Amino acid sequence: MNFVIPNFAPAIPEIALLILASVVLIGDTIWSKRCQNATYYATQLSLIIVGWLIVDSFTVHQIVTFDGSFVRDTLSDVLKIFTVLIALGIFLFARTSMQEKKYGSGEFYVLGLFAILGMFVMISAYNLITLYLGLEIMSLSLYAIIALHRNSGVAVEAASKYFVLGALATGMLLYGFSMIYGATGEINFDKIAAVIATGQVDHTVLAFGVVFVVIGLIFKMGGAPFHMWVPDVYHGAPTAVTLFLGTIPKIAAFAMVYRLMVEAMPGLLKDWQQLLIIVTVLSLIVGSIVAIAQDNLKRMLAYSGIGHVGFILLGFIAGTFDGFASAMYYVLVYAITGLVGFGMMIVLGKGRQEFDRIDDFKGLNARNPWLALMMLFAMFSMAGVPPFIGFFAKLMVIEEVVKAGFVWLAVVAVITAVISAFYYLRVVKVMYFDVPEDTTPIKAVNRTTQWTASFVAIALLVFGLIPSGFINLCYNAVALTH
Amino acid sequence: MIALSDYLVFGAVLFTISMAGIFLNRKNIIVLLMSIELLLLAVNTNLVAFSSYLNDVTGQIFVFFILTVAAAEAAIGLAIIVLVFRNRKSINVDDLNSLKG
Repeated sequence: MNFVIPNFAPAIPEIALLILASVVLIGDTIWSKRCQNATYYATQLSLIIVGWLIVDSFTVHQIVTFDGSFVRDTLSDVLKIFTVLIALGIFLFARTSMQEKKYGSGEFYVLGLFAILGMFVMISAYNLITLYLGLEIMSLSLYAIIALHRNSGVAVEAASKYFVLGALATGMLLYGFSMIYGATGEINFDKIAAVIATGQVDHTVLAFGVVFVVIGLIFKMGGAPFHMWVPDVYHGAPTAVTLFLGTIPKIAAFAMVYRLMVEAMPGLLKDWQQLLIIVTVLSLIVGSIVAIAQDNLKRMLAYSGIGHVGFILLGFIAGTFDGFASAMYYVLVYAITGLVGFGMMIVLGKGRQEFDRIDDFKGLNARNPWLALMMLFAMFSMAGVPPFIGFFAKLMVIEEVVKAGFVWLAVVAVITAVISAFYYLRVVKVMYFDVPEDTTPIKAVNRTTQWTASFVAIALLVFGLIPSGFINLCYNAVALTH
Repeated sequence: MIALSDYLVFGAVLFTISMAGIFLNRKNIIVLLMSIELLLLAVNTNLVAFSSYLNDVTGQIFVFFILTVAAAEAAIGLAIIVLVFRNRKSINVDDLNSLKG
């Protein structure tokens, strides 16, 4: 038996991120006393380095390494680049809120970097063990990051709920993994797909595994009927953490669903399609109807996020590669829009007060017209009003579902989109037509957050007016991957 | 000779007990943590049984990873429980009800 050194080159971004996160972790203990912002700058620099490493070695081929446990392809590169870009924005916003609240801000950045490392591993996983490890690196960091405000009762409650339900979801997923391993005898995604394709597999055991895997995935993504943790966690967590939770983990979750459903179990399309249809319809309904009753913006966006999960899964139900590409486009658009939606609460928040009730936005147009306009962009984009980018995301997904022959699903999606437009537009109505109780002009917390929010919000409009480049990027990434 | 199906039934029973522990328990968060451990042990039983049945060592390697991660997970879970106790002076599941809507 001879020892072969694996090809480390495809994993260099992950290795660099691990080293940099460890450096930031140790450095934070040294420099946090002397220079407050050092950890923040080190974090942003690490992300820029990692982003550059991915762009520099951008691949259009599929490279599998570490004995078939790690894959680098165009899909993973594109998803990772977007994760890094959105994470840069998140930390820009989070810095302000961390500085003001005086809770271990260094830990926030370090845990954030480790969570991003977990997402990278999930995106690039090519066997069940790697996927599980990536998921746990991300989840464990997120449990800790929510509990960062250790004197806040609601944050700790949110963390405990997220922990219990997250661990339960992982358990379900693993139980499904064990069934799939038992039925096929393989853990590498391509080999699982090959064994299933031979048709000599016990279909009962396999179907059993698929059910548990889908339940675990939906739990993690936050789709109905396993959505009960989403609103509580989004509401209880500090706004900066909600911003983190509500955006990039969805990208990693998309990658997880793609790898498991499309790369490992394409032969079981009929089985998981049935399950996803039920989940999608429930998510769309819960996401549109329950959100109407919310008076807290974070809770409302949490329920709207459940609805968006329904739309993302619509792309998977289509079962074609164009469908998966539209789901990918949707998840990226959702993460970018969420950055403005959640970020605006930080931009407008002052001191210890949370700016997260919908009533807080009353008459915002009279108090700060520019930020009210930016919030309007975000809400219109989430509601799917043309010409904003969210419209094209919904359009692509629904188009693919119709092409696949599920016209009734498209009808359900459109109806729920109309219902959900009601509560997005309510925020706009509150901002523009309600009389504020306090008419003093409200200023953004600082310039940086205001510029970041404005930049991303205007990007929502610009990419909505010229959508083809972004859409083609997603379609090409998926097309080059399979 | 114990058949594969016996191990699988055993795993399923463990899995069911832990599910019941999570959903029926209204008393104590520590019990939730124990149920989660039991859930992972059910998975481990399954994996080892399949591994032995298939004559393939991968399943047992998977078990090592699950055991390691479960330890890390328990550490974080206990830390969160300590925080809950500090804030509320109780670890009753029923007391975790301030977030609603």
